[in-house]
Amino acid sequence: MTQPVSNCPNCGAKIVFRWSSSVQTVCEYCKSILVRTDVDLKKVGQVADLPPDSSPIQVNTEGLYRNKSFVVIGRILYEYDQGGWNEWHLMMNDGTSAWLSDAQNEYAVSLSTKAQNLPAASQVHVGQQFTWNNQCYTVSVITPAHYRGVEGELPFPYWDKTNVTFVDLRTETGKFATLDYSDAEPALYLGEFIEFDDLKLKNLRTFEGW
Amino acid sequence: MSAGTPPLSTPPKPQAKGLNCPKCGAAITLRSFGQAETVVCGSCRCILDAKDPNLAILQQFELKTSDVKPLIPLGARGKLRGTDYDVIGFQRRSAKVEGVTYAWHEYLLFNPYKGFRYLSEYNGHWNDIGMCKQLPVFDGGSANYLGEFYKHFQTSDANTDFVLGEFPWQVRVGEHAVVTDYVHPPRVLSSEKLDQEVTWSIGEYMYGKEIWEAFRLPGTPPEAEGIYENQPSAVTTNVKEIWAAFAIFAILLFALMMGFEMFARKEPVFEETYHWDRAEAKGEPSFVTDGFDLNGRPSTVQVKTSAPVDNHWIYLNYALINDDTGEAWDFGREVSYYHGYDSDGSWTEGKQEDTVIIPSVPPGHYYMRIEPEVDPSLPSTSYRIRVTRGVHPMGIYGLAFLALLIPALLISWRAYSFERSRWSESDHPPIQISSGSEDDD
Repeated sequence: MTQPVSNCPNCGAKIVFRWSSSVQTVCEYCKSILVRTDVDLKKVGQVADLPPDSSPIQVNTEGLYRNKSFVVIGRILYEYDQGGWNEWHLMMNDGTSAWLSDAQNEYAVSLSTKAQNLPAASQVHVGQQFTWNNQCYTVSVITPAHYRGVEGELPFPYWDKTNVTFVDLRTETGKFATLDYSDAEPALYLGEFIEFDDLKLKNLRTFEGW
Repeated sequence: MSAGTPPLSTPPKPQAKGLNCPKCGAAITLRSFGQAETVVCGSCRCILDAKDPNLAILQQFELKTSDVKPLIPLGARGKLRGTDYDVIGFQRRSAKVEGVTYAWHEYLLFNPYKGFRYLSEYNGHWNDIGMCKQLPVFDGGSANYLGEFYKHFQTSDANTDFVLGEFPWQVRVGEHAVVTDYVHPPRVLSSEKLDQEVTWSIGEYMYGKEIWEAFRLPGTPPEAEGIYENQPSAVTTNVKEIWAAFAIFAILLFALMMGFEMFARKEPVFEETYHWDRAEAKGEPSFVTDGFDLNGRPSTVQVKTSAPVDNHWIYLNYALINDDTGEAWDFGREVSYYHGYDSDGSWTEGKQEDTVIIPSVPPGHYYMRIEPEVDPSLPSTSYRIRVTRGVHPMGIYGLAFLALLIPALLISWRAYSFERSRWSESDHPPIQISSGSEDDD
């Protein structure tokens, strides 16, 4: 895979896109948020310092999911009234992308999934059931969250978002779904919880004393 | 690239944070690398906002009892199921059930890669608890979780009495949650309902000794009192296996019995009817029978005595004598048969027949010496003697069957008692419960 190379319009540092479908990245040096256009990179914002974070995952962490190796190329950090969580953007070795969420060290992998007739945020309530891909999902919690920051490559521009409503749905089997209401059209992610050890993660952060 | 590009700096390694309580100045350590929402000052009992750099005071609570002290100290590291965990938080919670207050302790454990777990302790009983990733399915009073049935044990209103250390959620003293436990020993499935949110956790019973080993604690763990809701019972788990084993052995025993019975020689060797008349029975009443041969290998000899007694008895002193060696087997047999009618109705006692089996009689030429004693009220009687070679004794099977049955019954009874004690503490005290031992047979 070719890795398109360009320079940061702000500081001139080299910008490498590792995933060809990435739309947005953050300059590692000056923390400018850069959005890819047809011709060049445009600085659209600046990442405020991310709060100290305790996820053991970082950009460049590698792992394995369903026999496909992946590398972490970006992330979104969300906050809600009970804390925060990370959605790590994964580039799989088959060229697709996925998300690895780390919410207080509970790990889950999800994929963006196309679905018709997704409910509007106002129509959803806890306990409601939906069926996607022959699997029944039950709404467990509706979380108003706040977008806190970004890092690395993302598949969509995500610099101007502030508040997001997430609807989490669970199943009896460890599968889950998330409805993301950050855009006008709701987006559906289907995924499953996964044990830390099963991800076979490499290049993790280290913690003092551990 | 411009000359002014600064070198890429790696973010600092996360480390435990040392802070001071804004109220009393005591040192406060944050061990969960920024995951804590609240932290409690150990010296002045302030609940502080761990997300606030100034540690704003959220709640101050009074310590009602002075003896609340974690059995595992905060900051202790232990290995549970192969993973290292630090104890970072501690809380005491209590519930009132029928006027009695039950208090238990919860230890929050943290590993920066694996996240949070809990240990709970109640009267020396421990549980290792993690959050559920699947939803349980409900069916009447029981819950199905990952294909196993959990019976409803108890629903109670849990109050947070005391907190220490840090928590990744907003913790407050005095907070109430509805806690429901479903058990499938050694596991317990619990739901905790706070406001709108329901969280599910799954725990597995642990012994104090295991906790003491995991955290290398000094001394010995407190003795476990009574039987806990999800305490595994060796006898209960064994009951089904014991009865399965019993069934197999009983079938084998039956097959063995049938086999031996089928192949038993049952060879008649001697048969004779004798008459006894009091008028003739003068002097020496004993006599010897005609001789008979016992062939083949040493084997059993059955002596069957029958007499048409009717509310009388006769008693025969036997000696089976080997004509070649003089070896003798002495035995006495009684034939008596009584019947009558009383206030309870008609009754009978005894039979007009008696059977005895003599084991391992070697081959040879034999005869019997017989000395009859007869009921004094009986003037005369006849009696018949039949000797059979190679009869298979059945009594031994009865004994073997009892030897199998008694331990199975004892274990079932112990399991039943254990389950009774377990469920007596539940919302469903044992009236309608079955221990699973009766219906297994």
